[in-house]
Amino acid sequence: MRIGEAARVAVGALVAARLRTGLTVLGVMIGVSSVMVLIAIGDGTRREVAGRVDQLGSNLLLVVPGKLEIGMPTVSRMQLSDVEAVARVVGDPKRVAASVASGEMVQAGTAKTFTTVAGVLENNRTVLVRDIARGGYLSRTDVDSARRVAVLGATVARVLYGDADPVGRQITVAGVRFRVAGVFAPLGQSLGVDRDDEVHIPLTTAQRLFATTRVDGLAVRADDPAGMAALGDRIVAELAERHPDSAFSVVTQDQILSVLGDILDVLTGVLGATAGISLLVSGVGVANIMLVSVRERTREIGLRKAVGARPADIAAQFLAEAVLLTSVGGVLGIALGAAATVAVERLTPLPTLLTGWCIALSFGVAAAVGIIFGVLPALRAARLDPAPALRTE
Amino acid sequence: MTAAIEVRQAARTYRVGQTEVAALRGVSLTVRRGDHIAVVGPSGSGKSTLLQLLGGLDRPTAGSVVIDGHDTTTVGEAELARIRNRVVGFVFQGFHLQPRTSALDNVALPLVYRGVRRAERRRRAAELLDRVGLGARARHLPGQLSGGEQQRVAIARALVTEPAVLLADEPTGNLDSASGGHLLDLLEQLNAEHGVALAVVTHDHDVAARARRRIVMRDGRIITDTEHDITAAPTGPARA
Repeated sequence: MRIGEAARVAVGALVAARLRTGLTVLGVMIGVSSVMVLIAIGDGTRREVAGRVDQLGSNLLLVVPGKLEIGMPTVSRMQLSDVEAVARVVGDPKRVAASVASGEMVQAGTAKTFTTVAGVLENNRTVLVRDIARGGYLSRTDVDSARRVAVLGATVARVLYGDADPVGRQITVAGVRFRVAGVFAPLGQSLGVDRDDEVHIPLTTAQRLFATTRVDGLAVRADDPAGMAALGDRIVAELAERHPDSAFSVVTQDQILSVLGDILDVLTGVLGATAGISLLVSGVGVANIMLVSVRERTREIGLRKAVGARPADIAAQFLAEAVLLTSVGGVLGIALGAAATVAVERLTPLPTLLTGWCIALSFGVAAAVGIIFGVLPALRAARLDPAPALRTE
Repeated sequence: MTAAIEVRQAARTYRVGQTEVAALRGVSLTVRRGDHIAVVGPSGSGKSTLLQLLGGLDRPTAGSVVIDGHDTTTVGEAELARIRNRVVGFVFQGFHLQPRTSALDNVALPLVYRGVRRAERRRRAAELLDRVGLGARARHLPGQLSGGEQQRVAIARALVTEPAVLLADEPTGNLDSASGGHLLDLLEQLNAEHGVALAVVTHDHDVAARARRRIVMRDGRIITDTEHDITAAPTGPARA
């Protein structure tokens, strides 16, 4: 029997049992669309992370205390003098940004918010590529004289001042008065974290405020991307010499991207597999409905065999029916999944990205489900003995 | 006349739970081309089982059935299906027509499994429907046809592959006597004009009386297998 013939018979049988066909198709639709939406979210997140790294540039080195291992967090022993030493290694202090951060209460009048307060050098804005929306950034003099000036993230500015211009106003950080020098342009959310929920103050001021001399970490903008590894080694060597009993690590944006990529791969896989379970369940539904169909049409199978259908012809007919069920469910599921993806993008903070491979995969899995779960009923039909089948009522 | 089907010491037992039930206990006969056979006997005498063996719908548990030179006990399922498709045609008491399919496509069904293209299938099916006098009803669904017409569609389907043997199990069992009589006329005409061998299982003595060769069965065995002079057979109104 030709494929076209098998498909024609399958269409006829499916149309004849409309309600049952519709419900089975619905099950497949839900499975396919949930796989699609979750993969789209995974891909969207990946794109967002990659975009953030692109924005920072690939020639950025991050210097952190401790070894790059998951385990106990390491308290930094780095100090401002270490920042200067690293600047000498790099050869340009403008390229070495440093920070010390702490969670603090920030208040303006009656409005207040708990936010991340980062003590930074005046070069932070250029090394880490941040735009200013209002006012200005911290100056060299602000850092040298440990002035009490602050640059607000867009969220902090909005919480404290609403739409009003905060530049020149007074705020308190941990109870100490500061003057607002400027407001960052918004960065938006990333991986569910509000990147505008922060306040920058001079590093020197922060160390006094937090009663510490430590520096949490450095960011180095390399001028030559090719020499980054060597530069990283020299920085670690310099720091190791200055702190013989501490360890330091250098990570590049590419390394971060690769680690995050691995995490996102796992995440996308887990999400996809979870949705895959619903697709699996719909496959069981297909198998179930096909078994019912085989039982109902025992006489028809007997007759077809009597007039010369081989077991393979019967198997092909029922397999075509199962594959058709899941393919129709797959196509409709892709439409539903695309609509749901647009809804997620608009109504939630989750980023999404619909790719061709995701659509192709969803459809392919649906068709495969039809084949896998259609085989058992098809074989059962193919193995029916024609004589008793014809006697079935 | 040459042998179309050769049955040698065929037995067929069924297993029902722990017990074995013998439906056929060693039956031998030869169906020749052009034969017109009636198989009669009480219920449970093995008539239908014999017909199934003759058509390759079933295989004997002992002995052999050779259809057109192929021993059904040794060929595979696919080959047996091919034999059913090429050598025999079945007519059942219950018609077994596809309810959502037109008379034309019902008749064309066996050709699907012969790989004949759709247009050609329909052309040949239309020809057969003409031959059984239903040319005008080709587009009707089985539900729109009378019992006699449905059985004629079934006969057209059995003949569309030009088989050597037509096997009919109580073909008039669901028909009134007038329709049954017309159906037998048609079968006999096909037998006479096209040389198709007929083997009809029946309870009906009038149907049996019209056959040239009569096989009487009882308890899974052939009791008598006799040839009649057709001209001597009564041809009056079939049944009261």
